[in-house]
Amino acid sequence: MTELRLYMAQRLTALIMAPLVIGHIAVMIYAVQGGLSAGEILGRTRGSLFWALFYGSFVAAVSIHATIGIRTILSEWAGLRGTLLNGVCIGLCAVLLVMGGRAVMAVTFA
Amino acid sequence: MSGRAGQMAKRRIRGHALWYAHILHRVSGIGLALFLPLHFWVLSLAITDVAALDGFLAFADLPLVKLSEFGLVFLLAVHLFGGLRLMALEWLPWPAPHKTLAAGTLAISAFLSGVFFLQAI
Amino acid sequence: MPDEHRTAATRPASNEAATLAVYVWRGDAGGGAEQRFDVPKQDSQTVLDVVTWIQQQADASLTYRFACRVGMCGSCAMMVNDEPRWTCRTHVERVASDGELHIAPLRNLPVIKDLVTDMDPFFDKWVKAEAVHHPSAGRADGFAAVTPDDPQRIEASAGIECINCAICYAACDTVAGNPDYLGPAALQRAWTLYNDSRDGGGDAILDAVSQSGGCHSCHSMGSCSHYCPNDLDPMGAIAGLKLATTKRFFGRGKGGGRS
Repeated sequence: MTELRLYMAQRLTALIMAPLVIGHIAVMIYAVQGGLSAGEILGRTRGSLFWALFYGSFVAAVSIHATIGIRTILSEWAGLRGTLLNGVCIGLCAVLLVMGGRAVMAVTFA
Repeated sequence: MSGRAGQMAKRRIRGHALWYAHILHRVSGIGLALFLPLHFWVLSLAITDVAALDGFLAFADLPLVKLSEFGLVFLLAVHLFGGLRLMALEWLPWPAPHKTLAAGTLAISAFLSGVFFLQAI
Repeated sequence: MPDEHRTAATRPASNEAATLAVYVWRGDAGGGAEQRFDVPKQDSQTVLDVVTWIQQQADASLTYRFACRVGMCGSCAMMVNDEPRWTCRTHVERVASDGELHIAPLRNLPVIKDLVTDMDPFFDKWVKAEAVHHPSAGRADGFAAVTPDDPQRIEASAGIECINCAICYAACDTVAGNPDYLGPAALQRAWTLYNDSRDGGGDAILDAVSQSGGCHSCHSMGSCSHYCPNDLDPMGAIAGLKLATTKRFFGRGKGGGRS
């Protein structure tokens, strides 16, 4: 039943991210006009609860989603199985969550 | 799908539309997963070193970097619409035009990343 | 008989076109290599005709498997120029490339000898997928009424022409990468039985296809449906199982499992 749960988690995080990705691409197309600066980005995001929730849920979803995808590929293409596979994936998910969380903190609170 | 002249029968299968859609989804996913840690690291510079972040953004203004950003937006778009295509064929009761969906995915992604590129330069 | 009385069918078009260069994989579980045979070309010649000619005229020790020769029994599938084919219904002229044929045992299955693979893993997975009949009535009961135009019956009927040839299994990259994956044929049969009103194993089937290597391992690359010689759609059947298990996961369609 684990495989079913991974499948569901993969699809649910995908559904959560679909509108977030569209928003992300739209902001990129808007923000990239005339070049980027730290001040411009931080001016938009600092102290904004909306952007904190937007990017916070994005990071949580993408960490799970990417880990499940990489897990499948490591298993099918690199032959990793069992404890090794799960260990690598738990590590990957943790790295993504920590680094992503730090990035969200940096652009919204700090 | 005519056979190919040549050596032994151990090459991987195979070029047909849905197989390419599958491999594009997988490769774009790997690319995005590799890019994520870099993306997070650069943004977290805002805590420690805003000047370094600005320095990086100036680096991102180089034409070659712009081109690779265009590639990243394409990967993101193609993975998004490719994923929506997958969920549609798994969960919605309109199974027939898979190939059209796959082609549409590619077209929308190319359009979006093209718009991004034109805005960026 | 004077030359002009020979039919176009038997007259060689040119020396070059008169023979096929056929490379047949020879060996066993320990390994092997291709061996070349020059086989006379004929009109409407099938790949199985070529293999049979080699076994009867060139090398009696060549091992291969066939039975019906008319696309019903599913025993003669092989890799032909890198693609899985039912050799009895595959015309040489449609698949030969530059007058060459490369014939090898089916991909994704262990080789026994030459062109014969061990089909046990393939059929064991049918059982693992609960792709077996689960009786819902005894001999004292009356005949079950099967309504051909019932939507669920249409789903069941879509897959019943499967001849167990394992071409889909050989075509699938997910099978190649994941030894636990049950494969398109077993999952399609599970979906067929799930939709058969006479089968009583709805929940058992959904449990079986939800295990590791079940329907959720499928990436919808569609090589199964692309290569199926009977034009069946295992990928669509597996999508049906994904939807049914998803519905059950969220608490719909329980009790017999069907909805």
